[in-house]
Amino acid sequence: MKKIFSEFLKGIFKENPTFVLALGLCPTLAVSVSLANGVGMGIAATFVLLGSNIIIALIKNFIPDRVRIPCYIVVIATFVTITELTMKAYSPALNRALGIYVPLIVVNCIVLGRAEAYASKNSVVDSLFDGLGMGAGFILALLLISGIREFLGAGKLFNHTVFKGFEPAFVLGMPSGALLVIGLLLGFFNILKNRKL
Amino acid sequence: MNLAYFLTIFISAVFLNNVILSRFLGLCSFIAISKETKPALAMSLAVMFVTTMSSVITWFIYRFLLIPFNLTYLRTISFILVIATFVQLVEMIIRKISPPLYRFFGIYLPLITVNCAVLGVAVLNSDMFFVNGKVLPGSFIYSVFQGICVGLGYTLAMLLMSGIRERLDLCDVPKAVKDFPLAFIIASIMSLSFLGFTGFSR
Repeated sequence: MKKIFSEFLKGIFKENPTFVLALGLCPTLAVSVSLANGVGMGIAATFVLLGSNIIIALIKNFIPDRVRIPCYIVVIATFVTITELTMKAYSPALNRALGIYVPLIVVNCIVLGRAEAYASKNSVVDSLFDGLGMGAGFILALLLISGIREFLGAGKLFNHTVFKGFEPAFVLGMPSGALLVIGLLLGFFNILKNRKL
Repeated sequence: MNLAYFLTIFISAVFLNNVILSRFLGLCSFIAISKETKPALAMSLAVMFVTTMSSVITWFIYRFLLIPFNLTYLRTISFILVIATFVQLVEMIIRKISPPLYRFFGIYLPLITVNCAVLGVAVLNSDMFFVNGKVLPGSFIYSVFQGICVGLGYTLAMLLMSGIRERLDLCDVPKAVKDFPLAFIIASIMSLSFLGFTGFSR
């Protein structure tokens, strides 16, 4: 039980996919314009991560070593397609907002990275919690980045105006703002890490 | 087919919606390999070749397989599989035919499979040039041209970045932002300067 819990927690702090492992940055930066988009992307990626981790942990003994990467990609692409179709059916607005970044979850390094580095070597239950933890870490990172960008770039949180008379810095809503925020956050986490040691 | 549209695609893919600086595709390789100019150039050329070829291949698959059989929902799976296979094939061919070329960009080729830029171009092409399952006239040429232009945009950003980072080696930067964080901040400033191209499209 304790091990399972630590599997879950390590994805959030010690091996946070975005800030520590620096994986899957493309969708993180592209969709973090608003909190709603960020959360939508986070949940979609978590679902794919969870599904592919479970399936790959189940079939890891049947996959020949030399063709493992294509096999993983097929499993991941299947879950991405499920996500894409579900999102199109139930939340077309979110699907439009995320655009090409939904099919691009296939090449999100977090998913393939966890399949290769974790699910292919560990049991189903462990992989399930690893997927959940990584997904939670990804969602938290997206919340942080998109929160900063939406608040400073549009003066809103979840599309509600927070302050009246606050002049937003539009640049944070633009691509260059995303790069700036992630650069400064990575620097900030570096300082925290160095202080602890 | 008109020439003005080619120009629009070119400006849009290279400057306005630069793959890296405004669409954020292929960001991982951009940050990881842009420390020196030579590997950066090798990677860019490899990416340009693969985006172009994958535009060609995925166009045929989408036009003659997925649309006629009403299978467009299989787009993601089929595209990524074809791209992965193609990259593997190219790697094998290069290793057999030209060992120096293989040494030049051998290790970067497998990385391209999971480079979002390649799948991104394929998806973008099928979104832009096929509307509701109908083929727009000239879509093949446009797709291929867009593949080349996206590769050019990637090369441009990569060369600029590696040039800057080579010089940064000699500078005294704060320890906290050394390497990756600083690379992102530089990319942010570059992206800001690319905003100056907005308005070109009209």
